[in-house]
Amino acid sequence: MKELLLVLLPLAGAALAAVWRGDRTRPWLMPIFGAAHVVLSLWLLVAPPAEPLGSWFGFDPLARAVLPTVSLLFVFCAAYGVSYLRVRAERPNRVFVSLMLAVLGLLSAGHMARHLGLLWIATEGVTLAAIPLLHFNATPRAFEATWKYLLVGGTGIALSLLGSFALGYASLHGGGENAGDLTFTALLAQGAGLTRPWVLAAWVLILVGYGTKMGLAPMHTWKPDAYGEAPGIVGAILTGGVTTVAFTAILRVRAVVAAAGAGAIADRTLIVIGLFSLVVAALFLLGTRDFKRMLAYSSVEHMGILALAAGLGRLGLWAALFHVWANSLTKGALFLSAGNIRRAAGARTMDEVGGMAKLTPVSAGLFVAGMFAVTALPPFGPFFSELRVLRASFGPSGSAIAGIVFLACLLFAFFGLTRVVFAIVDGRPRVATKLNGRRFPETAGVIVPPLILLGLSLWLGLALPEVLSASWTDAVAQLYPAP
Amino acid sequence: MNGTLNLLIGLTMGLNLMALGSSRIPSLIRAMSVQGVVLGVMPLLIEHLFGWEAMLHHWPVLLVAVATITVKGIVIPRLLNRAMRAANIDRDMEPLVGYVPSILLGAGGTIAAMALARSLPLLPEHSGSLLVPGALAAVLTGFVLLIGRTKAISQVCGYLILENGIYLFGLLLIHATPLLVEAGILLDLTVGVFVIGIIVDHIQRAFDTLDTRKLTVLRE
Repeated sequence: MKELLLVLLPLAGAALAAVWRGDRTRPWLMPIFGAAHVVLSLWLLVAPPAEPLGSWFGFDPLARAVLPTVSLLFVFCAAYGVSYLRVRAERPNRVFVSLMLAVLGLLSAGHMARHLGLLWIATEGVTLAAIPLLHFNATPRAFEATWKYLLVGGTGIALSLLGSFALGYASLHGGGENAGDLTFTALLAQGAGLTRPWVLAAWVLILVGYGTKMGLAPMHTWKPDAYGEAPGIVGAILTGGVTTVAFTAILRVRAVVAAAGAGAIADRTLIVIGLFSLVVAALFLLGTRDFKRMLAYSSVEHMGILALAAGLGRLGLWAALFHVWANSLTKGALFLSAGNIRRAAGARTMDEVGGMAKLTPVSAGLFVAGMFAVTALPPFGPFFSELRVLRASFGPSGSAIAGIVFLACLLFAFFGLTRVVFAIVDGRPRVATKLNGRRFPETAGVIVPPLILLGLSLWLGLALPEVLSASWTDAVAQLYPAP
Repeated sequence: MNGTLNLLIGLTMGLNLMALGSSRIPSLIRAMSVQGVVLGVMPLLIEHLFGWEAMLHHWPVLLVAVATITVKGIVIPRLLNRAMRAANIDRDMEPLVGYVPSILLGAGGTIAAMALARSLPLLPEHSGSLLVPGALAAVLTGFVLLIGRTKAISQVCGYLILENGIYLFGLLLIHATPLLVEAGILLDLTVGVFVIGIIVDHIQRAFDTLDTRKLTVLRE
């Protein structure tokens, strides 16, 4: 029953935040409930329940393999959020705090959903709850970004519902005792009994639909705008949490499609869309001059890596789960330190910002270190996860061409990222920037959370805990049932 | 029974074309609300619910019908009308894709949907019904409106027609899937439009017009 608390606790926190008086104390609810959530999810990671709670909902191996990273990311973002909201005291924070906690609850529900409909409802809930968060700054640019997010994201989520219906009809048409049962267990059991044309239609729609939420190219268009305009913590939660739930949704459906005998087609589409995202991201990274949009394209790149890895068989899937952890934690550090730099600089493009190493030395250092971590510098986590993806792509279920394209894209992405990051960090700060920078000093509250996240990423690389790799192996076993 | 149902689905296809051809926002909203009511009646037809006893026995289906008529037929159109008046929007639509090309696209899409649906296997009780082509046609219409119209409200209408198509497809499953899936959709739809409405309002304040072509600060 503990796993139910993972959903109910943050939702209770959200309700509490909605009625809490006192703008100064309310933000503390985020780290308090976030910490409780971390404790619970780590406890469940170490001592998972023997059986998932029910056929609709439960802490199954896939949830165990992924949910704790969302939880960890959230608690450090929440701790950062307390300082952030203090700096931004001019904006009311009731809706913000409440919805941040609601997003955490709904993300947990999405990760633990074992029913196609429930999964969709949770994802839709997250999509809607994120809208006011994106719009926190209330500038015309934030309006524009939110509108695009809503239109593109809403269409994506609608298509994923259509795909879920198509999969439901595949089950209904297939007949048998599980006909029309939309729990993943029943769908997997029906396996080859599912009607093939409907399964394929469902796969395409669900890949496009949830792929939009993940931000795979060419459905990524909302991402640069949303990440560019949203506060750093919201960007971090979107890139480390919301995309993760969409990714696990794709993984669960892929297992059903594979059980229906179309696994090879599903894997091929995943590899193609993954590589396409990598190429698009690398090209845009070489062109962008805005360091927050740069992070969005970097996120598109890493979603591409996840999709590619998910299409590369058991080895690839294991690497993908590793990469979910490595990417979430490293991206968290990057988004938070970028937020510090953005505030102190008062601008976001490399034409306007320079010399941040002098103004915000710690954040600039973290930003550079995070950039190297995310571009796979050993010994950070992403290096090891991407190495495994590479090995899987040269392995039996991969292809050498995929591996070569993957490597080339990583190289170009590295050029793109270093170009922007060093332009911002190096040089001499502008006079206007200097004046603005004094208003936002680097306090411990905005430095320690990204530092810890980066430390966790390093820890993943240096000493991968046994329990984590075991949880990923279990999740792979769940998604690739032994023949 | 299929005959009446197909007649209604044909009607929704006609309303799709009407939505594509209407040059003014109020008539677009009207086409959408009529479509909502037509869609709401369909579950009753599919489950043969005529008379109180049958309705009470199949109350989940009745609930879907009532909720659909209320939400798609009444609440959302009223919200959109209110948003239009509150934001003082010019009623002409200024399309990116002209009306005649839109209608031609819609008609071509409907024909393609018919052809495509023929290649998909259906259960015996659904064979001969137009649910699948109707759903695909509405989804296509929604996309044409989403892409081809510039005003926020007409894009929202396009999104709703797309949702109507998905609902039509969902009717294939109404007998089999539990109520939760259906109810969740309606709930989300309502909330979604509420949120969209609020945003429309904000865009209005920020831009003084609801022309999404002016949302162009952010681009590479």
